[in-house]
Amino acid sequence: MSEALLKVDSLSKSFNGVHALADFSCRLQRSEILGLIGPNGAGKTTLFNIVTGFVTPERGKVSMKSNNITGLAPHRLANHGIARTFQDLRLIRQLSVLDNVLLSFRDQPGEKLGNVFFRSKKSREHEKRNCQEAIRLLAGAGIAEKAGDPAENLSYGQQKLLSLVCCLAAKAEVLLLDEPVAGIAPEMKEKILGMIRDLPAKGKSVILIEHDLDAVMQTCDRLVFMDAGSEVSEGAPQEVRNDPKVIEAYID
Amino acid sequence: MEYLLHILILIGIYVILSTSLNLIVGYTGLLSIAHAAFYGIGAYIAALMALKLHSPFLVNLICAIILSALFGALVGIPSLRIRDDYFVIATFAFQVITFSVLNNWVSFTGGPMGLPGIPQPVIWGLEISSPIGFLILVGIFCTLTLWVTRRIVQSPFGRVLKAVREDEVFAQAAGKNVAAYKVLVFVIGAGMAAVAGAIYAHYISFIDPTSFTVMESIFIISIVIIGGSGSLWGPVVGAVVLVVLPELLRFIGLPSAVAANLRQIIYGGLLVAFMMWRPQGFLGEYAFQGKETRE
Repeated sequence: MSEALLKVDSLSKSFNGVHALADFSCRLQRSEILGLIGPNGAGKTTLFNIVTGFVTPERGKVSMKSNNITGLAPHRLANHGIARTFQDLRLIRQLSVLDNVLLSFRDQPGEKLGNVFFRSKKSREHEKRNCQEAIRLLAGAGIAEKAGDPAENLSYGQQKLLSLVCCLAAKAEVLLLDEPVAGIAPEMKEKILGMIRDLPAKGKSVILIEHDLDAVMQTCDRLVFMDAGSEVSEGAPQEVRNDPKVIEAYID
Repeated sequence: MEYLLHILILIGIYVILSTSLNLIVGYTGLLSIAHAAFYGIGAYIAALMALKLHSPFLVNLICAIILSALFGALVGIPSLRIRDDYFVIATFAFQVITFSVLNNWVSFTGGPMGLPGIPQPVIWGLEISSPIGFLILVGIFCTLTLWVTRRIVQSPFGRVLKAVREDEVFAQAAGKNVAAYKVLVFVIGAGMAAVAGAIYAHYISFIDPTSFTVMESIFIISIVIIGGSGSLWGPVVGAVVLVVLPELLRFIGLPSAVAANLRQIIYGGLLVAFMMWRPQGFLGEYAFQGKETRE
């Protein structure tokens, strides 16, 4: 197998003596959708928080394309080709849908203070291109007509869709999606899963945390089942699902 | 007429102060209690330069802006990297320290006696001595302040500020260096407050530390909150209301000792009332309630 895009090596992290991650390792290949399943508290979100720099691991290493990226600040990692969504749906609710997407573009000249007053033509042109791109992405998700509305006016499902669109605007190679279809209506779920399945064709790789096993089975190329901060089972979706250890954990 | 012009000039000075504070409080969601300190730094630097170096107004003004902004960086860089609560405390401490220095460094600042005899400004050979002249000067700088603020808040830079205000975690996940934005906006605000200070010093021609106390900081915060934080025109409305309101008390014919205390009570009462019933102020879109800290 070729060199992995994202490598996580023996990460450990505990909160108040409870091991959220215990010597956890995994690999994400290029253009792969990796599903992360497991009971609550298995350490899935902690893994995301470490990879995106919001939590510092006690031990272990995260590397992307063989660059060590362990412990970098979140905004640096976000500019390193990693984008994420949050389980608790973070959007700038008071700003418009379009602004949320525009905020998600990286390296904007208009976000530098000097360019606000000088070289404003360059920033304006860049902003215009970003606007067109944002509208195109919103249209792809079917919410272009909501572009001017405050994000808080969207339905819950549309907000989940919007956070996925924000991830796309980031032009990241690695997308970490934390429960992108939890608690939303079936049609919206299908739409979001469809968008996720299209990602590898666009050169993006995904790690997907999801409790909905059916959704995971239809979407992922490979699954990792975690419990108590370690990997219990890994492999093709069907294999993992039929693994006695996994069945046992789900029955418990 | 003189009196009316005086009120208008004061309104203008407070428009500059509250508009610059609005960038910090209203658009970025950071509560700073040090705005009067930067106002004072601007006033003292301009006054000292005019008195000791006899340098022209515009030079004093530029030096006041730069030094005040440097002080802003000095306070902002260490305190904004941690949590916002520490920032509030740090700005409060800076406010208290600044007042103490102005009040106690007698050989340099004149201490409680202040600095009298600050000359009237001369701009390109034109001496500004009449109230009308000052009103025009203040008007120009008000317009400039509002223009700069508008330019900032309508740019992608301003969009990041609002994102920082609403959800820092989102902003970080979107690749924005949140701490750098906070420091930058705080430094800009500090520099702009110095403009008001320099104009005030040259206008009043006598300054002393009592104009730059914590109470003054709170007064500027009240203007922002009552006018409407996070809106361009909110602080303008706030400045008009809060400067004119106590002046009206004079006409009721209250003894001046009572009127002075009543002013404080009115500010306090208004602030509480607005926070309870209309936290977004007259014109605001953003209700300042401190930030939600989600870890």
